[in-house]
Amino acid sequence: MPDKKPGTQMAGAAASLAIDRRGGINLAAYHRDLLARMADGRDRDAFREIFEYYGPRVKSWLVKSGSDSALADDLMQDVMMTVWRKVDLYNPKYGAASTWIFTIARNARIDRLRRSSSQPYLDVETIELASDEADGEDETFANQRAELVAEALAELPDEQKQVMELAFMEDLAQSEIAEKLSVPLGTVKSRMRLAYGKLRSKLEVLQ
Amino acid sequence: MTIAHHLDDATVLRYAAGDLDEAFAIVVSSHVAMCDQCRKAVRDAETAGGLLMEDVSPAPLGEGAFERMMERIETVGEEGSIRAKAKPPAPAQPGLPAPLARYIGSSLEDVKWRTVAPGVRKCDISLPTKTGSSLFLLQINSGMSIPEHGHGGDEMTLVLKGAYRDEFGRFGAGDIADLDEHIEHQPHVEPDGPCTCLVAAQTPTRFRGLLMRLLQPVFGI
Ligand SMILES: [Zn+2]
Repeated sequence: MPDKKPGTQMAGAAASLAIDRRGGINLAAYHRDLLARMADGRDRDAFREIFEYYGPRVKSWLVKSGSDSALADDLMQDVMMTVWRKVDLYNPKYGAASTWIFTIARNARIDRLRRSSSQPYLDVETIELASDEADGEDETFANQRAELVAEALAELPDEQKQVMELAFMEDLAQSEIAEKLSVPLGTVKSRMRLAYGKLRSKLEVLQ
Repeated sequence: MTIAHHLDDATVLRYAAGDLDEAFAIVVSSHVAMCDQCRKAVRDAETAGGLLMEDVSPAPLGEGAFERMMERIETVGEEGSIRAKAKPPAPAQPGLPAPLARYIGSSLEDVKWRTVAPGVRKCDISLPTKTGSSLFLLQINSGMSIPEHGHGGDEMTLVLKGAYRDEFGRFGAGDIADLDEHIEHQPHVEPDGPCTCLVAAQTPTRFRGLLMRLLQPVFGI
């Protein structure tokens, strides 16, 4: 995996999030509709669009996680097949299409790259779907949350963005992040707490 | 259920990123199964994960990737598809969250308890994957105290039944003590009944001082 300068890539990411913000929201709504068409009518054209957008991203993300290109292709196919098969379980009130597809990719990464088990995550998902309580949340609420999370990410200081990126995109354990950055483990933890605190304070307006 | 003690923010992010090993993931998901607040927190962290994933520069897939995958789907058929909403897991007894029930069965009373010290019973939960952590249930009699101790590594304790009290307050059913290795505490079990907890602990790489060695036989780690 090529070494990159700390924060460089995220600076780009933050910029594109900011620029795309308005368009990004529309894109999120469009992707939600595509998933709905897949669920309602097994619409293959809708699936093709989802595949063409997310497939290359899931693959790239898996390569960043340490997978070689052939395995990443294979896993990406598994992830996208799961998207097709489980699309009936996608509930827009719990998050954007990207959130849902991320969880499927993460679970595949846990099962296949980390050789652990994603079962605990699946059980929580089942509980969430079964409870489906009338908690006043809906799609609009989920969209607002996603928008605020994007804002928070774009505003994170570089060193906090960097730990988020290393954890979520490069699949590094906390201790590996500490090693890579040559900082104590406690520093990684506190940067993560600060990053999450930023998310939380952004979201407070919705509580 | 009123839950007073929640996941550390760093733990929420690690869980959402998939960084916890199976032992810790089971304890966290068991708490998340009982706690609306942490379930939302995890969802927000997963939203961040989705946005970060969306933002990577796409990797080319090669000609005909979609058609190849559709062929695979057609070969396997739609049998793997979920056309109906998933059924909730079989109802477990109160205080026994589904992610845990999967590993120990549907009753806390029916697990194989062994007495490790007077008033302390333990049940090791074996996991299909090998990790550097252990997962076990502890049942401590009412009125008992555990001597002041630190931990040889990260440790998470989820209260399933009963309650204990320590420097950080009262921990009742659903509460989680998400402690890192530098924290020392001295739990006292409340008088009204035994306290049953689910514990994930990093296998200690070093032992600090006499107390830790004294506790070792108690926890058997
Ligand atoms: Zn909680």
